[in-house]
Amino acid sequence: MSNKLIGEMRLHKKISNIFAARNIITAKDALSMTEFELMELLDVGMKEIKSAITLISEAASPPCQSARSLLEQKVENEHLSGHLQTHLKGLDESLCGGIPFGVLTELVGPPGIGKSQFCMKLALSASFPAAYGGLDGRVIYIDVESKFSSKRVIEMGLKSFPEVFHLKGMAQEMAGRIIVLRPTSLSEFTESIQELKDSILQNQVKLLVIDSMTALLSGENKPGAQRQHHQLGWHISFLKSLAEFSRIPIVVTNQVRSQNRDETSQYSFQGKPKEGFHEHTSTYDSHLVAALGINWAHSVTIRLVLEAKSGQRIIKVAKSPMSPPLAFPFEITSAGISLLSDNGTEVKGPDINTIHARGHSDMINFHGD
Amino acid sequence: MAPTHTLAAKSRRRFKKLSLATKHYRVMETSRLPLSSTIRGKLISAGYTSLSSISSVSSTDLARDVDMTEAEAVDISKLANQISGSNGTTSLINGGKNAWDMLHEEESLPRITTSCSDLDNILGGGISCRDVTEIGGVPGIGKTQIGIQLSVNVQIPREFGGLGGKAIYIDTEGSFMVERALQMAEACVEDMEEYTGYMMHKHFKASQVQMKPEDILENIFYFRVCSYTEQIALVNHLDKFISENKDVKVVIVDSITFHFRQDFDDLGQRTRVLSEMALKFMKLAKKFSLAVVLLNQVTTKYTDGSFQLALALGDSWSHSCTNRVILYWNGDERYAYIDKSPSLPSASASYNVTSRGLRNSSSSTKRVKMM
Repeated sequence: MSNKLIGEMRLHKKISNIFAARNIITAKDALSMTEFELMELLDVGMKEIKSAITLISEAASPPCQSARSLLEQKVENEHLSGHLQTHLKGLDESLCGGIPFGVLTELVGPPGIGKSQFCMKLALSASFPAAYGGLDGRVIYIDVESKFSSKRVIEMGLKSFPEVFHLKGMAQEMAGRIIVLRPTSLSEFTESIQELKDSILQNQVKLLVIDSMTALLSGENKPGAQRQHHQLGWHISFLKSLAEFSRIPIVVTNQVRSQNRDETSQYSFQGKPKEGFHEHTSTYDSHLVAALGINWAHSVTIRLVLEAKSGQRIIKVAKSPMSPPLAFPFEITSAGISLLSDNGTEVKGPDINTIHARGHSDMINFHGD
Repeated sequence: MAPTHTLAAKSRRRFKKLSLATKHYRVMETSRLPLSSTIRGKLISAGYTSLSSISSVSSTDLARDVDMTEAEAVDISKLANQISGSNGTTSLINGGKNAWDMLHEEESLPRITTSCSDLDNILGGGISCRDVTEIGGVPGIGKTQIGIQLSVNVQIPREFGGLGGKAIYIDTEGSFMVERALQMAEACVEDMEEYTGYMMHKHFKASQVQMKPEDILENIFYFRVCSYTEQIALVNHLDKFISENKDVKVVIVDSITFHFRQDFDDLGQRTRVLSEMALKFMKLAKKFSLAVVLLNQVTTKYTDGSFQLALALGDSWSHSCTNRVILYWNGDERYAYIDKSPSLPSASASYNVTSRGLRNSSSSTKRVKMM
């Protein structure tokens, strides 16, 4: 919409020529300036500018839909009303059916907690026939950290969906639908996703996984933090619109880093952090925060935190517009991630966003057979 | 003799300086008119430097003197009159209103409930119509939840103390979840039914709830905005849209920040475009007596030797909204704090996001303590 040409709108010929003469070609060019600035630049009266802006705005503004028609479309067009099942019953229920189409879903957690396991399982279930709760489509798996293992995917498939996988040729067909990309730099990644934009619909791509976003950025030699931030900004917008227009779920993983001492989560009006509060947080064994900052956190629609607490793995719905913050204990078996209980417990306050890693190392050793 | 002479010369010089200054001031007057620079140049070179000089001649004379069409001259004298207020006979200044009348108007203004009575209390009864309210907070605190809740609550019929209006939801981030809106709409209808039942029980004559959750969804006009250009275009277009679709009583922008944060390179330009947009929102709020709710993201800001959270878009943006509410975590509970308001005292209140929507934190449904 923003690249619509002013020359093709219903503007008066004279005015539209003046716009063209000053190299204001698209709606974006015109609307990036204030009306007053336009008036100065084009040397036309305020009245003409106002009426021109009204016409340009009308042509460039997005269409309106009622929320009801939105719901009806979703129910009508999309399998399971636009959700990809995780096959974790409790989690699927709290997310109204699974990972929703059209938005970014993020997995955050310490290394080895099971983010990649979760992603591989998702890739598998997206490639599955619809009769078994899958999306019957291709999966693009952007594997930045080289953690994708085909052997593991087949193993998960055999253990969790034996009835499908024991059919002849099924394993080959399912695994053949998962396309793994291993970009080595941010620019390579950028090229790939731009290429993807056009081919997603034709090629029946039903899921995009990026494991992990953080590795892409930290791998890049950065001349300044500002630039890194800016680049991320472009990727955020692009991925969001990609999810939205191709109506597919996009799952992105994010690493953790330790929190800097001078970082606060307080507003100026809250005053100095209370002593008690501070002590409370310092009793945690580690101060972990998501590696990508607050701007990124605002952009993801759903954030799932995977953490370890007292030797127990837990998956938390930390941010979701349709679910209260619930926590589910889970374990990793040969069939992939499975929940120990489908009844989530509600989490409150700062616990929603903290990422624990207590007793995590013991657990890795225990399972690392 | 000599000293007197110099004194006179000095005072003459001073007088000259003074008149130059006045003249300069008048030049400024004409340049205040929203005119293109050619026309402004023509006016000034023809000697029309002050507003009064324009309004004192007839538009025909003006057209002849300045070499422009009659129609243009009429527009210019109209503008000059408007600004100088020379033909304002009805009130002291055109468009002025006295404080007493304003008080009455303010008192009769309806407010939109947030479904959380503690929050309503600190807001003076709810989100006020005719105002622009900004609500900001960290990711996951419940900004979108408040947005969806308000777009449902604005539709509560008048019989139930609501506004019986419609909502416009401008989604810049793709975070509007229609399933969630349905949940809240169902809870809202249930609450109204319960209320009716209670009234019937007490032998009052109460109206039946006619609304269905689907009707509530029908009256939420949803716009998905994918770039800042679309956002600006839509805000410009809203005037027409609301004139065509009467009864819109709330406009929610979720979030005002997103596209401006990602795509704008020139920060000065961003500030100017944003403040023009803020003015347009304010105009809409006044013209149609509706509430504008802008959701804003949070950024970190370096002040007094440490990093602190602050709402995004910078300092000059923070002047743009009439009311500003910040949502934050206080221990285990979600709180809202009134950071800025011309009429309300600073206060904070806790709230809770439940499966039925926003509620008081004490009346939360089930709460299983775990961590």
